[in-house]
Amino acid sequence: MSGAAALRKPYRSLRRQREAAEFGLWVFLGSEVMFFAGALTAYAVYRALWAEAFTAAARETSIFYGTLNTAILLTSSLAMAAAAEAARAGLRRMTLRCLGLTIALGLAFLAVKGLEYREDIQKHLVPGNGFALAEPKAQIFFAFYWLLTGVHALHMVIGLGVVATLLVQAWRRRRPLASPAFEAAGLYWHFVDIVWIVLYPLLYLAGRA
Amino acid sequence: MSDVTAERAIPDTPPAEENYLTAGTSLASWLLTTDHKRVALLYMATITVFFFLGGAAAVMMRIELVTPQGDLLSDDAYNRAFTFHGVVMVWFFLIPSIPNILGNFLLPLMIGAKDLAFPRLNLLSWYIFVIAGILAIYTLLAGGVDTGWTFYTPLSTAFANGQVLAAAAAVFVAGFSTIATSVNFIATVHLLRAPGLTWLRLPLFVWAIYATSIVMVLATPVLAMVLLLIFAERAFGIPIFDPLRGGDPILFQHLFWFYSHPAVYIMILPSFGVISELVTCFARRRVFGYNFMVYAILWIALVGFLVWGHHMFVSGQSMLANLVFSFLSFVVAVPSAIKVFNWTSTLYRGQIVFDAAMIYALGFIGLFTIGGLTGLFLASVPVDVHVTDTYFVVAHFHYIMVGGAVSALYGGLTFWWPKITGRMHPESWARFAAILMFFGFGFTFFPMFIMGFLGMPRRYHIYAPEYQIWHVLASAGAVLLAVAYLLPMGYFGWSLFRGRRATANPWGATGLEWQTSSPPPKENFFAPPVVLQGPYNYHPEHAGPPSLEREPHEPQGGPTERAP
Ligand SMILES: [Cu+2]
Repeated sequence: MSGAAALRKPYRSLRRQREAAEFGLWVFLGSEVMFFAGALTAYAVYRALWAEAFTAAARETSIFYGTLNTAILLTSSLAMAAAAEAARAGLRRMTLRCLGLTIALGLAFLAVKGLEYREDIQKHLVPGNGFALAEPKAQIFFAFYWLLTGVHALHMVIGLGVVATLLVQAWRRRRPLASPAFEAAGLYWHFVDIVWIVLYPLLYLAGRA
Repeated sequence: MSDVTAERAIPDTPPAEENYLTAGTSLASWLLTTDHKRVALLYMATITVFFFLGGAAAVMMRIELVTPQGDLLSDDAYNRAFTFHGVVMVWFFLIPSIPNILGNFLLPLMIGAKDLAFPRLNLLSWYIFVIAGILAIYTLLAGGVDTGWTFYTPLSTAFANGQVLAAAAAVFVAGFSTIATSVNFIATVHLLRAPGLTWLRLPLFVWAIYATSIVMVLATPVLAMVLLLIFAERAFGIPIFDPLRGGDPILFQHLFWFYSHPAVYIMILPSFGVISELVTCFARRRVFGYNFMVYAILWIALVGFLVWGHHMFVSGQSMLANLVFSFLSFVVAVPSAIKVFNWTSTLYRGQIVFDAAMIYALGFIGLFTIGGLTGLFLASVPVDVHVTDTYFVVAHFHYIMVGGAVSALYGGLTFWWPKITGRMHPESWARFAAILMFFGFGFTFFPMFIMGFLGMPRRYHIYAPEYQIWHVLASAGAVLLAVAYLLPMGYFGWSLFRGRRATANPWGATGLEWQTSSPPPKENFFAPPVVLQGPYNYHPEHAGPPSLEREPHEPQGGPTERAP
């Protein structure tokens, strides 16, 4: 795989281009951190204000699904890291397999999340009329639960789209393995993973200690 | 002959080499371009549309306010007019204006790069901006929003009957465009500087755009999240800020102003960059205290994140928080003052040439100083309690954002117009417009300080008759201001076809962008530039400007009228 095919317009060397892709993605992730930080700050404020209602509400989330999903997502990050390394080393089959595994695990995460959402709806944990818990402040906890897991799932869907695109392009040899996109996609995927690692204790472990 | 008196215009023959404007003329070559210079022009066209829309809302308000009764607009229509004016002017004009027009065009040129780091992302950010703009126009056509640009809860989530969801969506989407652009700018400055262009050799405009981009990257996502929370609460009844279920509307204000105070710096920092370029060029003088100018920009970008509470002095914050935010607001004024002093010192013993761009720059310094000083009034708690939600506040932030940022935009466009289009604008008209803009602005907004201090509340269209004189003055001034804004559109448009051809460096300016042809070729430079010295090399370092053996001043009326 020649590196020259991957070189794009404003750059004079592939090394610089790879640096740019990674650097740009890091800056974007800085932006993403602030995005989640906004909601997490609000969560922290309310948890400090209504500690009891929050711990009581947090006990209603499904620890089984949450833990299962944490395991799935961590494994998917391993697969994604392997894919990026394989692409860098020019190992085509290994790259394709690892990207495929990442997608499979990502889809599994969304499927489990779907099952969990169904159970939550059956247990009347959607804020509004007919909410399962009497304490109105518990609704705020579940507002954050739906919002944060929903936004995280949306990030998962975007990540899946990116990884699937890369898989197809690598499969059809339309994107050289030297392209910095594999590592950039990996960074994004790990970031989405880390967001979940923050959400998991806040939403599932709170109130269970 | 020094550079100042070098010929600015050349005989009207089409340029020999192909430039970025002549390389492909089909519609697709524009809509699918990844050339940063063309994307800048796409932005210019789009942003001009929004300037007109936001301006139209302002015209409605100024006409309505001529009399103390509500004769033209109903209460509801007036609410919708000022909300639309605020939303459009903030997110669809001021925030994207200088970064996306001048920044997009100049950043790669100033650092000697062929393009931005991610050219396709740059085009994508324009399309995202257009989608956001369509949503904003939909908001207007569907009846508008009545919450004010601040979307305060619980008004926006529970009580407002306007198109809050559409407006929030429009601003949310526009945020993606902002973030994409700023990521692009930051990566470009880090990775694509020409050989020899070290950090402390960067032009101040590049520093300003760089610092603005950092603020954009870190602040815009917080606005995105807070709009998402508003959206979720209003659309799905999910309680976040609902006091009936334990939510806290003040939390919304904290999150909103955590974005919106830095947003003020997003609007004004790029102007600082523009003004630094103009002042140094037309005073033929190195920027006074270059390093401090850089530190001041970075200091503003950092401390700007820590002062948001000064918008909430009357919201029920603790007195301790009020005092801390008040103190920090004074602290953030220091670097702005450093910049004003350094611009003034740059003028000292300079060979000042009163070209139109310089008139805009001098006007900026005056208006920004007034805006900044009245900002200190508002930063001190007791004065702020007196003038909260009055026209004093309106006057203050218009001095910064309109007297400051818009003057800088026009000044920057005047300065770089020959580079962008390859044509000279008519200098006398430009000087007239610059002077008219300064006075028109003063007549419009200075009366607002007085009536605000006397107690005229903002966002009211029926008011006590004692304020009428000030409102009439403001509305009359607005007519002048409108002419001053429209005039350049006329002569810039005229110059596209009839203007004299510009030389590569009509102002005798330093800076890499002037070392390529006007307009630049598609790849910006014919040979990759190498930088050997710092910026603003208008006279030898450690030697004052050659004021004793100074060149005669440019004849008034400008060299465009001179025979070639
Ligand atoms: Cu502020």
